[in-house]
Amino acid sequence: MDWINILIQGGLLGGFYALFAIGLSMSFGIMRLVNIAHGDLIVLAAYVAMVVIQGTGLSPFASLIIVVPVMFVLGYALQRGLLNQTLSGGLLPPLLVTFGISIIIQNGLLQIFGAYDHRLQEGSIETESLKFLGSLDIGVYPLLVFAVAVLAIAGLQLLFYQTRLGRAFRAVSDDADTAELMGIDNRKLYALALGIAMIFTAIAGVLFGIRTIFAPSAGPIRLILAFEAVIVGGLGSMWGTLIGGMVLGIAQAVGAALNPTWQILAGHLAFLAILIVRPSGLFPRTTD
Amino acid sequence: MVPVAETVRVERGTKASRIFTYVAAPALVALLTLPWWSGDLGWMRLIAEMAYYLALAQLWNLLAGYAGLVSVGQQAYVGLGGYALFYLTGVWNINVYAALLLAAPFAGLVAIPVSFAVFRLRGAYFAIGTWVVSEVFSLLASLILVLGAGSGLSLTVPIFQEIASDRDTRDTIVYLMTLGVSLFVFAIVYLLLRSRYGLALTAIRDSEPASASLGVNTFRTKFIIYLATAACTGLTGGLIFLQKLRISPEAGFSINDWTVVVIFMVVIGGIGTLEGPFVGMLIYIVLRELLADYGAIYLMLMGAIAIAVMLKAPFGIWGWVIQKYDLQLFPVSRRLALAPAERHSSGPMVSSAE
Repeated sequence: MDWINILIQGGLLGGFYALFAIGLSMSFGIMRLVNIAHGDLIVLAAYVAMVVIQGTGLSPFASLIIVVPVMFVLGYALQRGLLNQTLSGGLLPPLLVTFGISIIIQNGLLQIFGAYDHRLQEGSIETESLKFLGSLDIGVYPLLVFAVAVLAIAGLQLLFYQTRLGRAFRAVSDDADTAELMGIDNRKLYALALGIAMIFTAIAGVLFGIRTIFAPSAGPIRLILAFEAVIVGGLGSMWGTLIGGMVLGIAQAVGAALNPTWQILAGHLAFLAILIVRPSGLFPRTTD
Repeated sequence: MVPVAETVRVERGTKASRIFTYVAAPALVALLTLPWWSGDLGWMRLIAEMAYYLALAQLWNLLAGYAGLVSVGQQAYVGLGGYALFYLTGVWNINVYAALLLAAPFAGLVAIPVSFAVFRLRGAYFAIGTWVVSEVFSLLASLILVLGAGSGLSLTVPIFQEIASDRDTRDTIVYLMTLGVSLFVFAIVYLLLRSRYGLALTAIRDSEPASASLGVNTFRTKFIIYLATAACTGLTGGLIFLQKLRISPEAGFSINDWTVVVIFMVVIGGIGTLEGPFVGMLIYIVLRELLADYGAIYLMLMGAIAIAVMLKAPFGIWGWVIQKYDLQLFPVSRRLALAPAERHSSGPMVSSAE
């Protein structure tokens, strides 16, 4: 029963990682942009939520009403003003520009809020748990996060495959030049894509801020976890990303069960092992 | 028509590079003799720091600017080199000079299995993959008791007395060793770029499929460059922590100190040139010294400058200089020169790829 418990906890943790990864996966899928600042944007969203909560007295969940539009606008502006200029010049420009953004966000947060740990308080839901079959204890909050991840991915699939906008996204992803010839304004579409990706980044940031403490330096490890989930799941496959996140979560849970200090290391090692055995991930879709 | 062989020849040195030699040689002698004519510890420390940052920048530039391997995980080898030095001297009681020399092959050996994993990733994914590897080493170091776990290791008194028993001599020797390693790394990169590997590298960077179709073994070339860079980075890392006298997982495998800063230097100075890392290093050090009182602001400024350079002048400050004045101080490119009388009217013939 112990091991079943570990598997379930790990799998639910995977929902978290999938949520971290959605924005990264989307911007890679649509504009082939690997956003190094992704983790820092998640942390930034948590800080925005903190400021909103302090200013308005809203609960963390309710603060999303403000945090989501703020992050959407930020994503749109970032792509429109900065990142669109980097997309035609090969590998280095997008990598280094997002690297620069990452450093600016980290040090900006450090300058404004200091290096202290913060946390968002959502109340009793953080600690409540449900009992299954007598001895299985499942936290309500991890379950909720997992459900949000599943809903987010399902919603994105609907957007991609059932709407005009989704068709345009898929068209520029397949062949940006031809899509442009067909009358799509790629630059606007890319900006919209990062805006939408940032909606999920905002949600991930707030949910993350409720679950664990965060500080300005918390971004890079989120980026790495998100990246690992994307690679393990296979590029371009959203459901693959969810499975990838679960694989990571389970590896971490098993590592932590053996020795609490091995948790993160076990996840990294699982990632490297999968990379060597199956370099294109479990469910590859896009090619780069 | 005049036979081609009589009017066109391939040359490497430029007028600027010859003049530069006359300026650089005395400057270098001045730096190498600094402990005797100045002996100011503050300056010696700053110059040693500039020297090892220059080495790291040259190595990253070789990797990313020439071989197209954009790694953000080079801190792995800095840390491994540092830990190798501390472990070999502290636990195995190996002589400190021998341990320093062993740090290089050690880092190079570790790079072999690492490359099996990260070479499966391309482009930006390669970059983050190398970062994960470095995180793994950092976490391992923080778990291994004999490496001091989370708190790390210190260099004990008998070990650094092995270098020299009095403090002044020791400072001088470490200073000279740092400059020596920096020159050594520079010489390796310079000679490598002038060799056939240099040609193969530039070909790979400009188009991997095209160079492969011309018979360049792209995998082997990249593999060798990756190992050589890892070994030299390990050696530099050993030397860095010989000066710091302490190593911990956070300090040894710090992405900010050993990779982010280095990337900024190379990008701002001019990626894919030998002069660029030099210029970028100077700018970084000057900015840091000027803005030392403003805490995190100088890093934000570096980030902003790097973004601006990448968008407005993607080949950096030195790339702009080359475009404008066709200046090359360290001649690694081959250029066609016409007969002397015609040379000046023919204008710059260097390709923008340099």
